[in-house]
Amino acid sequence: MKKLGFYPGCSLKGSSSEYAQSVLAVAKAFDIELEEINDWNCCGATAAHNMNKELALSLSTRILALAEKQGFEEVVVPCAACYNRLTVTQHELNKDEALKQRVSDIIEMPISGNLQILNVMQLIDKYVADRLEQKVTTPFGHKVACYYGCLLVRPHNILKFDRLEDPQSMDILMKRSGAEPIEWGFKTECCGAGFSVSRTDVVAKLSGNIVKDAADRGAEAIIVACPMCQSNLDMRRPQINEYLKQKINISVIYITQAIGLAVGLSPKEVGLQKHFVPVKIG
Amino acid sequence: MIANQKSILELQQHTGVNVNRCYQCGKCSAGCQLADEMDFPPSMVMHMLQTRDEELFQQLLNSKTIWLCVSCQNCIERCPMSIDIPQIMDYLREKSAGEHKINHQSRDIVAFHRAFLDSIKYTGRLYEIGLIAGYKTRTFHLTQDVKLAPKMYAKGKLPLVPEMIKGTRNIKGIFSKTKI
Repeated sequence: MKKLGFYPGCSLKGSSSEYAQSVLAVAKAFDIELEEINDWNCCGATAAHNMNKELALSLSTRILALAEKQGFEEVVVPCAACYNRLTVTQHELNKDEALKQRVSDIIEMPISGNLQILNVMQLIDKYVADRLEQKVTTPFGHKVACYYGCLLVRPHNILKFDRLEDPQSMDILMKRSGAEPIEWGFKTECCGAGFSVSRTDVVAKLSGNIVKDAADRGAEAIIVACPMCQSNLDMRRPQINEYLKQKINISVIYITQAIGLAVGLSPKEVGLQKHFVPVKIG
Repeated sequence: MIANQKSILELQQHTGVNVNRCYQCGKCSAGCQLADEMDFPPSMVMHMLQTRDEELFQQLLNSKTIWLCVSCQNCIERCPMSIDIPQIMDYLREKSAGEHKINHQSRDIVAFHRAFLDSIKYTGRLYEIGLIAGYKTRTFHLTQDVKLAPKMYAKGKLPLVPEMIKGTRNIKGIFSKTKI
């Protein structure tokens, strides 16, 4: 059994608990053990880097330092926003030795900066993909819109993950799970991110445009890999429908839920019942 | 004029971005999903910085634009000169908050950020109920989303008790050393 470090991040412990549940269930189905980083803290998300750069770097670095201390070489970070913060932080520290020292002093821990940080698609690509097709028992036979959002693919020079305007990694995994990914225009457009509470009107508009294009092009589900994208597209559906002046029922499910279903896990095991917009496929 | 230069020099020093590289092609503004909500679209921000006019710099610190930027990174990716506009926005936000120049129409956005950081400061992780309570007491939007919380709780998406980490002293130390 392969053992990797695991940074769930705060939303996977709360509003996106089904994401954590499905990531762990899929990992288990493929004999991968994900072990949580001891005593991890919040990465600071949008709030920290908007208000104080040094705080943002320090909060993320503490997580990386704890993972190194625990002896992990690779850490899986399912939340696209956390993945972005941790990867960008490690990049900034590694290109500036003085900054690395300063942040290390602030957090009172050493940091080498050698950790491999994997998002969910990279985890699957690296350890699951070659066994995926032979494990599929109930092909996910639906048209899906693969929605990547911003923070999984950008900034490309740091994350080095997939193409910018028309990424493919999620589409390929969904094809291997038996689904039919559609061509559409909103793969990497922003959902409104952290404005869910403070500017719900902005989220209704941006997420509304995403949901509408997916529905117009015949998708039966939107596939996501970020808890913020999921909650904006799912929990904010009443506001979205009000903005669109039409009722769109398309469900929003995590890539790990879709893959979980395809390899024979039950809807309950991947937490489908926790979504606000009911999931009628599977 | 010397005073005017100073703000831009500091910005360039802190961000490592040379504002003169922008040649006003407008791709950042064309791709920005929030440009229509902003008082100055990203390309105009760049132009205002290029003038080195202190008054325009102050207008930016007081703008809606800086708080509306969601850091989606689309502008830098589409910029032919790869100018790191999100980094500039971070710098301007930090300065705006530090100098108490936050645009009054953007106060809800900043209140959310502050409530978010407070939650981390005391427990080490984001405590969603604490975040919303903190946001509401700052903004008086007391009735907003009242129907959402019970639904989230029923679906097991809203833990009632915060998860305290062991290293809260370490976290408080980080907050005090970074002076927030």
